[in-house]
Amino acid sequence: MSNAPKPAIAPPYPGFIGNAIVWIDARFPLVQLYKTQVGEYYAPKNFNIWYYFGALATLILVMQIVTGIFLTMNYKPDAKFAFASVEYIMRDVSWGWLIRYMHSTGASMFFLVVYLHMMRGLMYGSYRKPRELLWIFGCMIYLALMAEAFFGYLLPWGQMSYWGAQVIINLFGAIPVIGEDLAVWIRGDFSISDATLNRFFAFHVIALPLVLLGLVAAHLVALHEVGSNNPDGIEINKNPDPNTGTPRDGIPFHPYYTVKDTFGVVVFLGVFTAIVFFAPEMGGYFLEAPNFIQADPLKTPEHIAPVWYFTPFYAMLRAVPSMFGSQFPGVAVMGAATLILFTLPWLDRGKVKSVRYRGPIYKRFLTAFVISFIILGYLGVVPTTVWGQLSKSLPLIGGADVATIVARVLTVVYFAFFFLMPWYTKVDKEKPEPERVTF
Amino acid sequence: MTAIVLNQVDPKKRRFLIAASSVVGAGAAAAVAVPFVASMLPSARAVAAGAPVPVDLNKIEPGQLLIVEFRGAPHWVIKRTPEMVAQLSKHDALLADAQSASSKQPDYAKNASRSIKPELFVARGVCTHLGCSPTFRKEIGAADLGSDWPGGFFCPCHQSKFDMSGRVFAGMPAPTNLAIPPYKFVSDTSILIGDDSKGA
Repeated sequence: MSNAPKPAIAPPYPGFIGNAIVWIDARFPLVQLYKTQVGEYYAPKNFNIWYYFGALATLILVMQIVTGIFLTMNYKPDAKFAFASVEYIMRDVSWGWLIRYMHSTGASMFFLVVYLHMMRGLMYGSYRKPRELLWIFGCMIYLALMAEAFFGYLLPWGQMSYWGAQVIINLFGAIPVIGEDLAVWIRGDFSISDATLNRFFAFHVIALPLVLLGLVAAHLVALHEVGSNNPDGIEINKNPDPNTGTPRDGIPFHPYYTVKDTFGVVVFLGVFTAIVFFAPEMGGYFLEAPNFIQADPLKTPEHIAPVWYFTPFYAMLRAVPSMFGSQFPGVAVMGAATLILFTLPWLDRGKVKSVRYRGPIYKRFLTAFVISFIILGYLGVVPTTVWGQLSKSLPLIGGADVATIVARVLTVVYFAFFFLMPWYTKVDKEKPEPERVTF
Repeated sequence: MTAIVLNQVDPKKRRFLIAASSVVGAGAAAAVAVPFVASMLPSARAVAAGAPVPVDLNKIEPGQLLIVEFRGAPHWVIKRTPEMVAQLSKHDALLADAQSASSKQPDYAKNASRSIKPELFVARGVCTHLGCSPTFRKEIGAADLGSDWPGGFFCPCHQSKFDMSGRVFAGMPAPTNLAIPPYKFVSDTSILIGDDSKGA
């Protein structure tokens, strides 16, 4: 921001409000901020249903922060009292059940919305130049969100909280050489204990929310710097109106997209409240049954599975056998599956951005990728014995669990989408992009 | 105060000063981080809580498993029946590490029964894969574990299987056999887990 004197801005409203805006504007760039970020932020006019999820993710972030603040007023981060304090919130605190169910349902809906938001970016090439940093900030938000969800899941101190955290922390223990000490350092004890619960509370309620808010701010600044992509994957800034200088295919964010997003919010809240009121546990997918039993360090539940939003990666972890007397390969594959998203902008060699103008090979790879992600998600929820065993007479894989073999194949498909991308995006027969956006 | 004139600026000196102050500043930041990082290590109280645990063997029936807590983790004490002990030598070919060469145990438990006395099995009841506690499945040929199941332990988290002396079967997610903690017989009917020192 320069120190040059600002041009006088005519008050948009007469009287007191107008004077107040002028007073503030001499001390803070209020009108300028509003104009650049909202009133004169031009977004492509051909947004479709996929473009709701960014706004919805913001809504859920706010909702999680507000409900979270009110939950901390009654929750006790102490291994002796944590489980009982959650029951207390559910039974004795006025409307406590509503606030907690909003928070727990919000966590699952956050991931649902973020996965759809990422799918949109993937389909329409929103990670491509000049939006590489925007995509990277988004990937960092996703990682921070996974950490936030993981820390939060320990807090109710139920059986699934405890054993889920046990498994995830031991993933770090699998790292060669430093693993054991690293796991002890993360736990603050030789097993998961009060010390672990207390620090996870600190991370969940203050450290990661601050990181998340910072990343979301960076994500939005980057978005408004380069402008939104659209379902056609063409740049609207290349086609300005000669009279006004604004993009001919763009419309101001307010009032056009604020109104559209408000409609999306209403529909979303309809679904959200229906879940909160009628199915907050979602048949064990949002709140798992063993978590209604207090954590018992001496007894692992019969079947443990992470919450649904982690299961695709969990299925990959289980699919990789231990090698060289170490389970690190599985952990490395799981880590790589999330980190590989960061490299996407540099793997794609296509000339067009949007799936609308991509060739048949890309479309097949994208479809295979989405299907493998969904089936891996299912396999991560169920035991590996779900589809029985292969006949023992088969060579090499005889006697192995069918689900494990399927998970291995799908893990390869997942990575093939990324590793083969430089090849198939280059050789694919793409269609020409249009000059102007289409609907 | 003298004005800074552009042509008097020495870019070399300026670059040196920026680099030197950055290095010193980074060093100071790292030094300040030490107490914060160290504060996350187990506290003195957590370290002191790992005292050895005595176990009275009179209260265990043959074939029964007793879980005791030692350093916050479940530890098993099992009185193995003669049939269980006999079973141990029958499936070496199916095991990943039958001789316990790459597994964790005190030297006196580095044998087929992985124990001081074959009839008493003591182990850390924590899967070497990702830390779940396996369940005790002593029934031979259990329907869900296959007709050739010799009795042992089954991890509910990632389906690793171990035999009755905690040795992992080949092809399981768990890389090594269950760990055996240090322990000693105080008398014929009592042991001390976590302490194998000789003498009184």
